[in-house]
Amino acid sequence: MDTLSHTPNDPVDYIAVTHETYDKLGYGSYRWANEPDPVALSPLPKPLADCKLALIASGGIYAVGQVAFNHKDDLSFRRIPTTVATEDLRTSHFAYDMTAARQDPNVVLPLAPLRQLVADGELGSLTEHALTFMGGIYSQRKLREQLIPEIVANVQEMGADIALLVPV
Amino acid sequence: MTSALSITQSANPARAAFLDFPLGHTAGRPNEPTEQVEIMRQALGLFESITESGTIVSLPFIWPGNWKPEARLPIDHRTPRYDTPQYQTDADRERAVVAHGELLACTACAPQDVPRS
Repeated sequence: MDTLSHTPNDPVDYIAVTHETYDKLGYGSYRWANEPDPVALSPLPKPLADCKLALIASGGIYAVGQVAFNHKDDLSFRRIPTTVATEDLRTSHFAYDMTAARQDPNVVLPLAPLRQLVADGELGSLTEHALTFMGGIYSQRKLREQLIPEIVANVQEMGADIALLVPV
Repeated sequence: MTSALSITQSANPARAAFLDFPLGHTAGRPNEPTEQVEIMRQALGLFESITESGTIVSLPFIWPGNWKPEARLPIDHRTPRYDTPQYQTDADRERAVVAHGELLACTACAPQDVPRS
């Protein structure tokens, strides 16, 4: 796998890096989600300043008092009040460097900046809860059949107009 | 939001904002609240400005430092994948036991866990 044919400022090709890493470990190639066509774009139903936003993040974030995620294809998710204090947020994940996230969870769950945009009148509101899960799940089938439908149902129940996905 | 352009191109969402920061900083740098708000402001602006499905827009923020050579190395940084809850601190585990009981706090799955405090 060629990861050398780039200029220094090109984005890092993490698919190529992962292939190369797995090759070195003797693993089979990981099959990333690949969709030839994007889903249809839904136009905003109303101005952003009137929209209710659901924040969904896969960085393994939980709030103090909640059960932490396990790291073996955990298909559960957490509902975190969007009014939560930043100092009550925690992270649990096996596949990314959590140093920054543990200093300031807003780098993977940007609730404080989103609350600021609501206060400034640029965004309408946030749903009652943000939804979080542990993104290192290696079964796309289980995601499609179990976790994603539950998240979609929750987002719809909360009356969201738009959703912002923050993976790591 | 994404900081992994090739993965997002492969998943092909309707619209995305690409922030060219190291993994683990999808929404910005820690303790930089002004920059974090500006990143969010520009990302949310794409809800209104993107009109063609499959569009990914690069946000104009630059990470201070030469981080990419190390990120391109084929090194496995993952930690072991335990099938029990992995708390950031022991105190977190104790709080979860108080809220949910020993069995749930230490069992692998707690679907739709709602904070009870």
